[in-house]
Order: sequence, then C-alpha cells, then structure tokens
Amino acid sequence: MDIFLFLLFAIIAVVAAINVVVQTHPISSAVSLIGVMGSLAVLYLLLGAEFLAAAQVIVYAGAIMVLFVFVIMLLNAGAEAKRGRSLMVQLLGVPLLVALLGLLAYFVQRLFPQGVTVHFGGFTGGTAEAVGRALFTSYVLPFEVTSLLILIAIIGAIVLARKELD
Amino acid sequence: MTEVPISWYLTLSAILFALGVAGFLFRRSIITVFMSIELMLNAVNLSFITFSYQFKQVNGHLFAFFVMVVAAAEAAVGLAIILNIFKNRATLNIDEIDSMKN
Repeated sequence: MDIFLFLLFAIIAVVAAINVVVQTHPISSAVSLIGVMGSLAVLYLLLGAEFLAAAQVIVYAGAIMVLFVFVIMLLNAGAEAKRGRSLMVQLLGVPLLVALLGLLAYFVQRLFPQGVTVHFGGFTGGTAEAVGRALFTSYVLPFEVTSLLILIAIIGAIVLARKELD
Repeated sequence: MTEVPISWYLTLSAILFALGVAGFLFRRSIITVFMSIELMLNAVNLSFITFSYQFKQVNGHLFAFFVMVVAAAEAAVGLAIILNIFKNRATLNIDEIDSMKN
C-alpha cells in the first residue's frame, strides 16, 4: 500500500513538473505546479509530516499559487513566443541535464543503504504540537527573524506596487 | 505492507529539482522562471522532510517550514517586481529585459 501510494503520487508529481516546464502558457504551468504541490503534500503525509502537509496545501497550493494566477491574469500573459536557440543548446541541453540527474540518482542510491525504508506511521513527531514546541523553544530566534523578514516583504511589496503620486 | 526505500524519496526530490533547473534555464517567460524557482524550493523541502524521517527528528520539518515562509515572502516581493517590470517595459520576456547589460 505504501509503495503504491508513493509511486502513484511520485508519478503525478513528475508528470506535472514536466508539464510545468514544457507548457508555453503560464496558466497551464501554474495549474501543473498546483498538481506538483498537492501530490507533494500527500508524500509529506506518508513521511509523517502532517503539519507540513497541511501547511503545504494552505500556503503553497493556496496562497502562493493564487498570487501567481492573480498576477498572470492581471498582466494578461499570453503564450510564450518561440525562439530559435543555437544548435549546440538543442543538442546538448537535455542530455547534459539527464546526465546530471543520473549521476545524482546514482550517488543517492549508493549513499543511502536500501535497508532504510519509509513506512506510514514510522515517525509520528511531525504533529502540530511537536513542530510548535520545537518552533517556540529551540528555534525561537529564527522564528522572530522570519517575522521581521515578512514585515520587510510586506513593506517592500506595497512600495513596489503602489501608484506614483505625482 | 511493502516499504519504500528512503533513497526513492531523495531521487524524486532530485528529479523535481532537475526539472526546476531545466525550467529556470530554458523558459523565457519571467513568470514561468519564477514558478521553476518555487518547484526547486519544493524539491528541497521534500529532501528536508525525508531526512527528518530518517533521523526521527523534527528539525527538518522546521527548516521546511522556514523555507515555505521565505518562499511566500519571496513570491509577494517577486510578483510586485514583475508587475513593475511589466508596467515599465510592457514585456514579460526575459531576453528583452537586458538594460543592465549595456
């Protein structure tokens, strides 16, 4: 059951991620990205990160992607213009990327012994209680710094998006 | 109940990250480039949570949480910048936004 769920949502995530890259219209890319984030939320649940799965759906698939779709519609962004690339880029780009990915996968398989496996319920420390306890004890300084960062981001976004007064 | 090797999760994370890099490098629309960055951040989050499972500690979850918060702030500011660029130049193609080059 675990392996079935993992494979199902991993395949959905990879197909949607490929769709993000190959679609020419930004709205199609955005919807595919929501698919990636949704299936990643299920994988987080399988890894025992229930709080982060909820946060993934609410913050990423909810807030951030709504912002993206809103901006795409505001700018009326159409399909991206085709552009001729040099022959070397066309011939080398994808094989080099596949080579990078293959090397990465090879080293991951080498470094992590097959004995370590993931099963649902194997780690129950990802509840909202556990995350909150750690967040407000050992990680309280990063938490406060993050709140400052968000304040700066709010002010920056307002300053950037305001209408000129003159 | 069959169990999933932990390396599969990390390989999935690597695949998603590579696709994010591909989108970042190949695409010409500034919004899609931005979405590729979000894809890479998600891939890294999956790695964090997988390692958190492996070591049976909650710390990885907190790092993923901070990445999420920073991504939200980054999306707000980045999209405001994109709005400004579109207002000033009326284009979303990153090849045409090259005034710092000359």
